[in-house]
Amino acid sequence: MKLKSLIAAASLAALGTAAMAEGPVKVGMITTLSGGGAGLGIDVRDGFMLAAKMAGNDNLSVVIEDDQRKPEIAVQLADKMIQSDKVDVLTGIIWSNLAMAVVPAATAQGKFYLSPNAGPSALAGKGCDKNYFNVAWQNDNLHEAAGGYANSAGFKNSFILAPNYPAGQDALTGYKRLYKGGLAGEVFTQLGQKDYASEIAQIRASGADSVFFFLPGGMGISFLKQYADSGLDLPVVGPAFSFDQGILQAVGDAAMGVKNTSQWNKDIDNAANAAFVTAFQAEYGRLPSLYASQGYDTANLLLSAMAKADVGDADAFRAALMAADFDSVRGDFKFSANHHPIQDIYVREVIKEGDVYTNKIIGTALEDHSNVYVDECKM
Amino acid sequence: MTTILFIEQVLNGLQFGVMLFLMAAGLTLVFGVMGLINLAHGSLYMVGAFAAAAVAGATGSFLLALIAALAAAAAAGALVELLIIRRLYARDHLDQVLATFALILIFSEGTRWLFGSFPLYLDIPDYLSGPVTLPGGIHYPLYRLALIAAGLAVAAGLFLLISRTRLGIQIRAGESDREMIAALGVDISKLYTIVFALGAALAGLAGALVGAIQSVQVGMGEPVLILAFVVIVIGGIGSIKGALIGALMVGLTSTLGSIAMPALFRMFMDNSAASATGSAVSSMLIYILMAAVLVWRPKGLFGGAV
Amino acid sequence: MNREFLINMVLLLGLAVVPLWAMAGDAPFTITLATKVAILALAGVGLNIALGIGGLISLGHAAFFGIGGYAMGILASHAQSYTALMEWPILIEGTKFMPVIWLVAVAASALAALVIGALSLRTSGVYFIMITLAFGQMFYFFAISWPAYGGEDGLSIYVRNGFPGLNTLVPIHFFGICYSLLVLALWFNACLAKSPFGLALNASRQCPERVETVGLSPFRLRLTAFVISGAITGLSGALFADLNRFVSPTMFSWQTSGEIMVFIILGGVGRLYGPVAGAALFITLEHFLGGLSEYWHIYLGVLLLLVVLFARGGIIGMLAGRQVAHD
Repeated sequence: MKLKSLIAAASLAALGTAAMAEGPVKVGMITTLSGGGAGLGIDVRDGFMLAAKMAGNDNLSVVIEDDQRKPEIAVQLADKMIQSDKVDVLTGIIWSNLAMAVVPAATAQGKFYLSPNAGPSALAGKGCDKNYFNVAWQNDNLHEAAGGYANSAGFKNSFILAPNYPAGQDALTGYKRLYKGGLAGEVFTQLGQKDYASEIAQIRASGADSVFFFLPGGMGISFLKQYADSGLDLPVVGPAFSFDQGILQAVGDAAMGVKNTSQWNKDIDNAANAAFVTAFQAEYGRLPSLYASQGYDTANLLLSAMAKADVGDADAFRAALMAADFDSVRGDFKFSANHHPIQDIYVREVIKEGDVYTNKIIGTALEDHSNVYVDECKM
Repeated sequence: MTTILFIEQVLNGLQFGVMLFLMAAGLTLVFGVMGLINLAHGSLYMVGAFAAAAVAGATGSFLLALIAALAAAAAAGALVELLIIRRLYARDHLDQVLATFALILIFSEGTRWLFGSFPLYLDIPDYLSGPVTLPGGIHYPLYRLALIAAGLAVAAGLFLLISRTRLGIQIRAGESDREMIAALGVDISKLYTIVFALGAALAGLAGALVGAIQSVQVGMGEPVLILAFVVIVIGGIGSIKGALIGALMVGLTSTLGSIAMPALFRMFMDNSAASATGSAVSSMLIYILMAAVLVWRPKGLFGGAV
Repeated sequence: MNREFLINMVLLLGLAVVPLWAMAGDAPFTITLATKVAILALAGVGLNIALGIGGLISLGHAAFFGIGGYAMGILASHAQSYTALMEWPILIEGTKFMPVIWLVAVAASALAALVIGALSLRTSGVYFIMITLAFGQMFYFFAISWPAYGGEDGLSIYVRNGFPGLNTLVPIHFFGICYSLLVLALWFNACLAKSPFGLALNASRQCPERVETVGLSPFRLRLTAFVISGAITGLSGALFADLNRFVSPTMFSWQTSGEIMVFIILGGVGRLYGPVAGAALFITLEHFLGGLSEYWHIYLGVLLLLVVLFARGGIIGMLAGRQVAHD
């Protein structure tokens, strides 16, 4: 599947968009397509390629490569795409540590980088760059929203846990930023840990009234299954990463009723989202995930900028990206001064639709939420 | 730390330990009898978990899932032994390491090709779910108690198998002198296949049992494999008894360390920093334990001549 | 001389010609790939001293590779942010000067190899494999959870470190540096193998009792070899970090140890130039197979299996015939 350039058939004019200043744009997508974390990369790729296909724009070509979730490989792929493939725009990276490895070097060489997922704080604050745009979220956003939700739900004594690595430390900081109650406990687990018996025992002994956790991927699956089995029934809240469409089926009943925070869900009521959900299911035969929606928005942002400016004129192209003149599946979408989304973040609840576990929006945690790093960013 | 919390953590450590034992027992048997170092043992653990998830998904029966896990892992083990592993017995450890490293690549990506990139669903059966109240008012998940019981039962069965049965006699004889038992008319290549399949089945069983409370995904075997290595190095390679004691030591050290270390650092640090530092130190504890044991006894606790 | 010597020279020349040709043909990424081959071959040359001559199967050389990488990362990040590495008891500042970084990388990884070796070499055989693996994992977990230098995020160095008289940002210049170090290491390895030390080490692999009878200590010989081996692998780690302008805990992962070992075996165990041939083949495969299929690891696995089962001498063994240099 890699290295397939996509050159779609129909022309942009057929879609009725004014094709002014239209020049070809070559996109390099570096994402995780093999190994344990491949599900996320595949969703981002599929979302992105779906948008490209639906737009049918001849001028957009995409080179896709697998980073194997290894930062060293990602750096080398970025070098290759910049040096050999002569791409104009890079995108696709899922993980913050890979983004930290690739983005500064890429933007320093004058390439645009559109992040469909990772939004580490270093790239939002002091390390921000005029050519770096994040289309998903700043890493802290969903955790802050969880803290905001905790206040409105009346939590007074949360037990919080996350893996002991930078994104985990940011998650707990993010939760505490807006959360006003006290802490029954704060625990860092090992990255990749699969057994949470010890942490669950500590939660039980701590007298907490609620639990906040950030445990992406398999860690979250393990935690939720074990938590459900422990008989503890404190309310649990977490960011959407442990509840996305791809892994929810593996958690099963243990996730039912759990609240999680997300900037997107398939039931957000707007035309763009409805079209996306239908088209994604028709194309790939599964429900889209959060990551697919981010990939889809990333492609549409890029297409909207291509319609306005030529990528060769970096200033004009940057202004066109900044305008974010596209129909986001999230509804309202605009960029903050440090090129991260200003968007609503919702509270979702895990429900069962027939045989499929999915999410339903039950409220809004934060409206038009930006990020705290805007002031640190000097472009 | 309250007494109740402490007892609960000891139980957690025990449960972790017996599951490690299931992994380590197969590794140590295969090494003891055939002199083979098998990095792909973690892949057999994964095969067990995926087979269980697939069968549980199709039939809804946890018991059938466990049987499927045993059968699939044993079959995969036997197949690999017949096709590849048996060519490696006469080779040095280097070739064995490389060939089984290659097998990991094949198993992992093959599983992903078959089952897709997303984790699979496998859950605890209803009759084992939820907590029970132990004497002293401890709430403890029934399933974890069942895991401890299952692990200890398998351990007991294995000891009986080795000490009381004909196969056990052959295994013990194979450990001390391979050529001699072949000369005595034992079909040595059949024995090897059986031992390898037995070790694989134990790993598959562990994968299925643990998969019910953890995530069933590609790459789940390798972290456990490395812990199992630590276990058999501590216990002494080739020794089932050593594997059991090593597994319990590693399980308890890892579980108790992860709460004791942050508590220790909390005495002279603020809460967040203490959690982070304590967690960093506790992740290294079992390796420190291993180094300490090896300095004291270079062949592990129960290791004979290797 | 013999065929193996010819093959070695072709390999060495080939590795130098490919990037020059790529420079002429304006394919800068090929130079990057060749640089990667040179650096990883250097890591393999390091391991080869322990493994090829000493028979020490270390599955933990990622520890030294990573230490070298972090030596570069830590020094350069302090230089980049103009903060001192240490102010007490003596002031130590960061640096972006390659030779200093190399010295620190070599010293730090040699020290680590001394400690790990002193503990691990008390054991042998399969215990040694597993204990080195476990030590590697220990460093891996430590690097992930220790927040001071980026934890799992790693450290980005924005500009490649400098070397007097060269512009290291030009791919071919940096290649030149890595290639020269590789050639130096190969030469050193060849001298070492023929030196009294190398001969004694080789003997202690084949028959430790005899070595002991003549009054030498196999433990000390092995420990010395292990330290030299770790130091060279550490140096390659520093170069690898400079190639990527980035370090992260993945350099410590056990897959890295496995890959370094794969280079040696693909090329041919006990062959001086085995790691060069192995690394070149591995990187080429990774580059081209990766383009064929999402599941390219399967092909790689099958290929490795075939090499182990049917082409025991590795590439050089196949081309040069069966006689092994050290046996």
